[in-house]
Amino acid sequence: MIDNPDILRQQTHSEKRTIAVLVNNEPGVLARVIGLFSGRGYNIESLTVTEVDPENRLSRITVVTSGTPMILEQIKAQLGRLVPVHTVSDLTVSGPYVERELALIKVRGAGEKRVEALRIADIFKARVVDASHEHFVFEMTGKTDKLDAFVALMRPLGLIDVSRTGVVAIQRGAEGLQA
Amino acid sequence: MSSEKMSGAEMVIQALRDQGVDTIFGYPGGAVLPIYDALFKQNSLRHILVRHEQAAVHAAEGYARSTGKVGAVLVTSGPGATNAVTGLTDALMDSIPIVCLTGQVPTHLIGNDAFQEADTTGITRPCTKHNYLVKTIEELPRTMHEAFYVARSGRPGPVVVDLPKDILQASGDYIERESIQHRSYNPQTTGDHRQVEQAVEIFAKARKPIIYAGGGVINSGDEASELLIEFTRMTGAPITNTLMGLGAYPGTDPQFLGMLGMHGTYEANHAMHDCDVMLAVGARFDDRVTGRLTAFSPGSKKIQIDIDPSSINKNVVVDVPVVGDVAEVLRAMIAMWKERRHKLDKKALDGWWEQIGAWRGRDCLHYEQKGEIIKPQYAIERLYELTKDQAPYISTEVGQHQMWAAQFFKFNSPNRWMTSGGLGTMGYGLPAAMGVQVAHPDALVIDVAGEASILMNMQEMSTLVQYRLPVKIFIVNNQWMGMVRQWQELLHGERYSESYSDSLPDFVKLAEAYGAVGLRATKPGELDDKIKEMLDVRRPVIFDCCVDQTENCFPMIPSGAAHNEMLLGPNDRAASPVSEEGMVLV
Ligand SMILES: Cc1ncc(C[n+]2csc(CCOP(=O)(O)OP(=O)(O)O)c2C)c(N)n1
Ligand SMILES: [Mg+2]
Repeated sequence: MIDNPDILRQQTHSEKRTIAVLVNNEPGVLARVIGLFSGRGYNIESLTVTEVDPENRLSRITVVTSGTPMILEQIKAQLGRLVPVHTVSDLTVSGPYVERELALIKVRGAGEKRVEALRIADIFKARVVDASHEHFVFEMTGKTDKLDAFVALMRPLGLIDVSRTGVVAIQRGAEGLQA
Repeated sequence: MSSEKMSGAEMVIQALRDQGVDTIFGYPGGAVLPIYDALFKQNSLRHILVRHEQAAVHAAEGYARSTGKVGAVLVTSGPGATNAVTGLTDALMDSIPIVCLTGQVPTHLIGNDAFQEADTTGITRPCTKHNYLVKTIEELPRTMHEAFYVARSGRPGPVVVDLPKDILQASGDYIERESIQHRSYNPQTTGDHRQVEQAVEIFAKARKPIIYAGGGVINSGDEASELLIEFTRMTGAPITNTLMGLGAYPGTDPQFLGMLGMHGTYEANHAMHDCDVMLAVGARFDDRVTGRLTAFSPGSKKIQIDIDPSSINKNVVVDVPVVGDVAEVLRAMIAMWKERRHKLDKKALDGWWEQIGAWRGRDCLHYEQKGEIIKPQYAIERLYELTKDQAPYISTEVGQHQMWAAQFFKFNSPNRWMTSGGLGTMGYGLPAAMGVQVAHPDALVIDVAGEASILMNMQEMSTLVQYRLPVKIFIVNNQWMGMVRQWQELLHGERYSESYSDSLPDFVKLAEAYGAVGLRATKPGELDDKIKEMLDVRRPVIFDCCVDQTENCFPMIPSGAAHNEMLLGPNDRAASPVSEEGMVLV
């Protein structure tokens, strides 16, 4: 909870946050989280989920959202009171963290365009994971804006398909999320 | 941990018993027949057969709110479950602990559009605190216990347990109720020491304090009310209650300013607007309470005690949030207040009370009973005067009559007032009163009703008669959906679109048709005698009280207006037109 109420009173601009949520991996848990966002009119820019602790049946949800400081406080409080939720952590405000996204990008091209695609992939450190005479599939990991830039550069070169994971994130340092 | 082989249906009954349930409100159907069969073979659990599943949930709400226990409901799959949705939403909005068992098609048919299949967990996800679909017999007993734990802990609410028929017929090992440490849901009940301290220090410096207490006090339990009284008396501060909080503080106490909000008293709303320190206790700054947010109590420091962190800083930013159970936090605050020998500034407080006295002098609930037509306020005031010695349980429907009942009844203890506050569900009052009467067979239970609302769950008359529940239904019959008519008059140029209660039944004959007693009053002079007649009958009664058709409910803060922009009566109207912003508000 925010200690200084003036921050909530005065700031009416929208901010972006990356929030990590540790939940019981049980049926319906994702629907609960998504339903919360849609039902209350909150934004979801990206959402990822997968089981991270099979022994304790825990999944980790990473959600990128935006809103005024007051809305963001609400989002965290609302997430926190869902019954299967263990922990809600606002990574953006709780210290340095690493954020990554993975994309698979399919590009069709021949001749000059094909060479150009490969050259750019090299600069962006994208790996080729599938190829034929007509196409490449690149795999690339990085921050969201880096993937955006790469995809934009591929568009004129024959972009066919993009599949992205959405953001995953973890705080830096030796501490972890407590269940 | 003992274990014995049982069928799923038997486990359900056993778990209900272990959870202290003595009464369940329900309606049978194919998917829950195994449970009804198990019910038949036992007699420690009483089943009340309602006439519509919505009423089962409202009855359980009335039962829960008047006893402090969890209300239990049993309905079949498909239409049984969908009929319960309004009740569940109502319980969610008003934080009423309910466990609702719904039948489901057998697991192998789920997803097949089977007969009477509905995606019950999908449909009820947004209108329950939590829900479960039980997929194996092994998880059944624990799920049942967990459902009760979730329903009653933290901020209470409704929980659905969806039970496929094959699970009910399977057999397995029952697990007794254990004190469960839930894996993830363990709400904080003790207030943070530093925040309690801040709350006490800020309140101690108040010159114009107000305590604003809501339904959370009642949910916290009797002790919370006692502590609230202690704190209020000790500090000498004025106190107001929300609609849901009525009874949390004694209504006849001189420090009580009455209800606040849209139809609250002049003194309560003005005190909220002008105070310098506000202590919100188990109240959530609902839009019916705050009026226009930007003008809400602009000069005050705000302290809020709530067990649900999401209620804090939702609409109104507070200076000191204290997350915790109302009783626990108040106990800590009282101890600290005494220890530090705090006292509010006497001179400032006297001045504040003097100001409040002036507001009180406006006599905002004033009405005039003259002529041969009964004023609705008079009807409700007489009902109060003639019943107050019996400390009745009062439920209401939704509309003007509800607000008049809130204004004119004074509750001196908690759990006596059942009303649909958050959802505003017409049709709530009769089944809720039924649930109250089941829990308190010898008490006087009255549903203050409107002639439109009462028709929404009228079928429950049959339940009242069957179980000899002597609920008194007092219809404030103005022949209009009065609250709708009032808004149309004030906000929509007197265009009374579809708000006339046409073709009403003869309520006296209707009562008789159900095997109950019907009474009617049309003149002020006969009102008292008729009310006494009603009170003398030990059977369900419908009292058709024919009142003035054009009376409006005042005071009123029009939508989008501030606390100090109240309308006190019909003559105020032209002075305060509703803003365009206000017109879009409900
Ligand atoms: C289920 C439901 N439908 C519609 C409404 C909207 N509504 C609020 S008050 C009201 C009129 C109630 O009329 P009546 O029961 O006669 O009470 P009165 O206001 O006349 O006292 C209506 C239609 C509601 N609250 N609940
Ligand atoms: Mg009416």
